[in-house]
Amino acid sequence: MIDVALSRLARDDGPRVLSILASRYGDLELADDAVQDALVDAARTWQRDGAPDNPGGWLMTAARNQATDRLRKRATEARRVAERGAELLERQLPADAGGLSMIDAADDSPYPDDERLRLMLLCSHPALADDAQVALTLRLVGGLTTDEIAAAFLVPSATMAQRIVRAKRKIRTAGIPMSMPTEIDARLGIVLGTLYLVFNEGYLAHGPDTDPIRLDLMSEALRLTRLVAELSGGHPEALGLLALELFSKSRVGARTAAGGGLVLLEDQDRSTWEIADISEANDVLAQAMEQMQPGPYQVQALIGSYHANARVAEDTDWPAIVGLYAQLDAMDDSPVVTLNHAVAVAMADGPLHGLRMVERLEGLEDYHLYWATVAELHARAGQYVEAIPAFEHALQLATNADEREHLSMRLTTTRAAAALEANNGRTH
Amino acid sequence: MEYMITNYTEPSTDGPAPGTPEFQEMMGAWMAYNQMLIDGGHWVGGASLAPADTATTITIASGAKTGTTDGPFAETKEQLGGFYLIEANDLDQAIELAAQMPVGTGSLEIRPVAFRPDAHNR
Repeated sequence: MIDVALSRLARDDGPRVLSILASRYGDLELADDAVQDALVDAARTWQRDGAPDNPGGWLMTAARNQATDRLRKRATEARRVAERGAELLERQLPADAGGLSMIDAADDSPYPDDERLRLMLLCSHPALADDAQVALTLRLVGGLTTDEIAAAFLVPSATMAQRIVRAKRKIRTAGIPMSMPTEIDARLGIVLGTLYLVFNEGYLAHGPDTDPIRLDLMSEALRLTRLVAELSGGHPEALGLLALELFSKSRVGARTAAGGGLVLLEDQDRSTWEIADISEANDVLAQAMEQMQPGPYQVQALIGSYHANARVAEDTDWPAIVGLYAQLDAMDDSPVVTLNHAVAVAMADGPLHGLRMVERLEGLEDYHLYWATVAELHARAGQYVEAIPAFEHALQLATNADEREHLSMRLTTTRAAAALEANNGRTH
Repeated sequence: MEYMITNYTEPSTDGPAPGTPEFQEMMGAWMAYNQMLIDGGHWVGGASLAPADTATTITIASGAKTGTTDGPFAETKEQLGGFYLIEANDLDQAIELAAQMPVGTGSLEIRPVAFRPDAHNR
């Protein structure tokens, strides 16, 4: 019971208190250290005395006391060096000592929890490297421990700790502010990109020694996407990403074959798809689209909805999906989008039409799904001889266990088909 | 906070010749940029540099000069063309100010100043 309460405290109240302290003191490291100390304190005293009635308020008070202690120590230190300590202390201590009242303090921001949104935007500041954005977001906004993040991304704890320390140091030294940016849409786009990256790492994990599907990462990403959708006051792209993730999650159980290996969308048992996820995704997507501000996540979610709402694979409206990919191609000039567009064209008009689009693509030579697509389209067009080397190439590049299983199965069946054809050619 | 913005651009071989209206226009853009920094209280210092092929590099080891060579130490197309020292509230403002610099194509590196001996007490 206490463990559940402590875990909720770390993941929910911790980041909230952190965001408030960081914005009041203008010092992210101080706020983070204070919250960490208070969480350690909670773990110790709650085991002994039981959880308090208002855990969030308890944490706010405890963390603020830790912060003021640290500032006093710092000021004493500074006074020893120069006689400016008192001034520093005065400037940095907030006048308000109202504890929990800060959490509910209303201001004139249009966002429901302005501080936490700003913390989220700070963690995805473009001046931070991509991997640092992911690590900081999970650590400071998601309230995960450094060890948990390290385990999730299969790197040593020391490496992850170093990455987080470096990112925090850059924020302080380079003066990256926790302010509300003027170009909120673009910055929100980076936050969503960070969360989608975490989600996809869970949905299709890399590495030979990891579970092919990491539900822990998926559910963290989903939790934080819900939070951004809420904090941004229902921004249409945040809702779009939430719908997209829910559509994907609804199929997770159907994606892996009993003996391992990936089951393609068209071969999945659709009766096992999670109806609750699909129906929530439909609602969320409708809320997004009502706002009439289209964006790439909404379009991808809409594509997801065409799949999710087709009761059998044959019912899939491929021409409509082709149209959506054309829209997405226009919004996002990435060869990966064009690759998916080509797959939809192949499903709508036949594999050779898809192949023609794929062959014009450049810059995807190191992407296993490029070779898997080339291989599959050749195979479906009966061009087995061309399909075999492409399957081999895809297998060399793929790292997800389920995908590798699927690709080697396809390679075997295609080799068999090629041999059969060669044999028939000789006998006729 | 103080930031140094260094600009790395490809040296223009076919830039406008001094005295032409195009040259005037180009210089006008730089003067306007400088004035904007001064008026906004962001100007600390800055200079435009002669081309990189006029540079001399010296190497130092264990506190003593070990070599003197011609040119910059790295062979890249884009070279350091000049720098600004600016005063800005935070990185976002520094980025906003740097983005207005009238360079055609190139990259700008923005770095916080860690210590400047001749800095006034601000």
